[in-house]
Amino acid sequence: MTRLLDVQDLRVEFRTRDGVAEALGGVSYAVDAGRTLAVLGESGSGKSVSAQAVMGILDSPPASVTGGQVLFHGRDLLTMSPRERRSVRGAAMAMIFQDALSALNPVLTVGAQLAEMYEVHRGTSRKDARARAVELMDRVRIPAAKARVDDYPHQFSGGMRQRIMIAMAIALEPELIIADEPTTALDVTVQAQVMDLLDELRREYAMGLILITHDLGVVADVADSIAVMYAGRIMETAPVQELYRRPAHPYTRGLLDSIPRVDHQGKELYAIKGLPPSLLSVPTGCPFHPRCPRAQEICRTERPPLYEVPDVTDTAAPGRASACHFWKDELDA
Amino acid sequence: MAEIEKKAAVDRSDDIQDATPNVTEVETVDAATEEAAVEAIEAPVERGEPILQVRNLVKHFPLTQGILFKRQIGAVKAVDGISFDLYQGETLGIVGESGCGKSTVAKLLMTLETATAGEVFYKGQDITRLSGRALRAVRRNIQMVFQDPYTSLNPRMTVGDIIGEPYEIHPEVAPKGDRRRKVQELLDVVGLNPEYINRYPHQFSGGQRQRIGIARGLALNPEIIICDEPVSALDVSVQAQVINLMEKLQDEFNLSYVFIAHDLSIVRHISDRVGVMYLGKMAEIGTDTEIYDHPTHPYTQALLSAVPVPDPESREGRERIILAGDVPSPANPPSGCRFRTRCWKAEDRCSKEVPLLAVPERFAGSDTPAAHESACHFAEEKDVVHA
Repeated sequence: MTRLLDVQDLRVEFRTRDGVAEALGGVSYAVDAGRTLAVLGESGSGKSVSAQAVMGILDSPPASVTGGQVLFHGRDLLTMSPRERRSVRGAAMAMIFQDALSALNPVLTVGAQLAEMYEVHRGTSRKDARARAVELMDRVRIPAAKARVDDYPHQFSGGMRQRIMIAMAIALEPELIIADEPTTALDVTVQAQVMDLLDELRREYAMGLILITHDLGVVADVADSIAVMYAGRIMETAPVQELYRRPAHPYTRGLLDSIPRVDHQGKELYAIKGLPPSLLSVPTGCPFHPRCPRAQEICRTERPPLYEVPDVTDTAAPGRASACHFWKDELDA
Repeated sequence: MAEIEKKAAVDRSDDIQDATPNVTEVETVDAATEEAAVEAIEAPVERGEPILQVRNLVKHFPLTQGILFKRQIGAVKAVDGISFDLYQGETLGIVGESGCGKSTVAKLLMTLETATAGEVFYKGQDITRLSGRALRAVRRNIQMVFQDPYTSLNPRMTVGDIIGEPYEIHPEVAPKGDRRRKVQELLDVVGLNPEYINRYPHQFSGGQRQRIGIARGLALNPEIIICDEPVSALDVSVQAQVINLMEKLQDEFNLSYVFIAHDLSIVRHISDRVGVMYLGKMAEIGTDTEIYDHPTHPYTQALLSAVPVPDPESREGRERIILAGDVPSPANPPSGCRFRTRCWKAEDRCSKEVPLLAVPERFAGSDTPAAHESACHFAEEKDVVHA
């Protein structure tokens, strides 16, 4: 079966004044139609760069894709002509950005920006496109859509702006949506509204959803599977229940132990020692070894491949893998 | 036009009545002279005794119209009559969504803003009325740690100058020759290498910068530190380091914290007591167990139920309360209960009568954890964080 999106060994470099930064050092993940994949990582882990590379919106220079494949329905997006790629990008995949205020055009009404999608991609007439824009705003539950279609982005609240971003993303009924920290800037009650809406739309249109986030709570709420990134590499991939129940990588365990919980009063938090590495000089071997409680000599010298990890019943879980030499010990810990 | 002005006048008189009277009386200190005031401020407070008492605090920011003849056409009611006590040695968490007034409370406690009405008693003296040496003594004892470690440190000053700057204003704490050593001690206390004293802020990561901000807050040996979203700009793994540091410092230096944040999980972790704010008012206040495991105010319940819990197993079991709509504008808040426009329990009474922050009558006298102060006519216990 061909996956909806299959990213394989993707490599991206940034040329900077201080040298070459290896933003992605061989990243692989996949998502199927109707499923949600969460890409989890801290700032600088490369989670957003991987999304931009998939969408083909990296700023190059300084960035350049130096290797790997991005297979969409089995076709490599990276080898397509720019024109071909643009047609795929507009209609079949869409992106939702974190900061809706800077992602929307401040001098155009939201109605015009939504209608533009239909006019450009579908050749719809102006009048029809406007009617479709109102429908879309209704669809993402913006109250009084008809009255607000001629408002400008700044006239909407943060949550409403994010709904408009979502409306733009679903306008052409894409097969894949990449949402880059869609709720990070929002308050928790509004975040819950927006995540709910996104999840409902994914189910309704059977879209694949890649959710890029740093929030382990949001992931637990909506994702089917999860890819944990660190220093431009995948540390662990797993179905979401498996990962929270039995992490197979010390970094994942460290993250899970370092977040305070709202449902019980905790003791002292576990803190991963040290800082994430600079991408200009990623540590040799396993990039996490300077901060890892399990690190041995082999971790300094040899980069761990993504080992396949069996699930609880000892059968190979689909998509469960860990980039740790000692994944077995971690799993049993 | 005349009508608008009249309306504004009515609005203002309303607000003052809105205040919450149900708090213990403050033992005030009447200092006749500045010396006496300073002396009272320097007096130690027993652990567990109230150190800071806020009563009916109000801050309205005027909205004006016109260029030459500015007329006030209304006010943004950022803080609208809140009262609470901070006890020595404890951490009081204040949570709320953006625009609820929690940062304005921080500024009022720091006397960085002038209160429109109400009092802030520090050891029995109203700091909103102090001036001169007495005010300076208060400011030495109440310090602040800011949210953004990137903009709250001057990029042109070295770390040594940043942490040592408070000594310029309060030279009695550290004589000139002693400052460098003091600053190095502080760097060591917050877990930074004392040799970094001559470095500039840009040479540090976000977490390290927040440590510098904390060191600056500690420089004058304060008794209270007001933390306004101190870890929200940090990554998860670094956030845990800074929280642990703050807890360690609290024990070591016997500090009282007012911890303001929007992240309910972090507030639960660090706080002894928690106050929930909504549109300039305190909706509910109590110990962390009372608020998190036995909330009685609908807003607290909705807020807690919306927090994503990092446990996929409880995904289906938890009840979610999804609130409709956005927070109303603080320039024109709803009459009666501020939360009624988004509340599923709202009835006629809620639009007419402002609910007071008090132990709800039905729980009064009983010793259930639900018997804590909650500003709702229909307060009812409901556990929303456990599956």
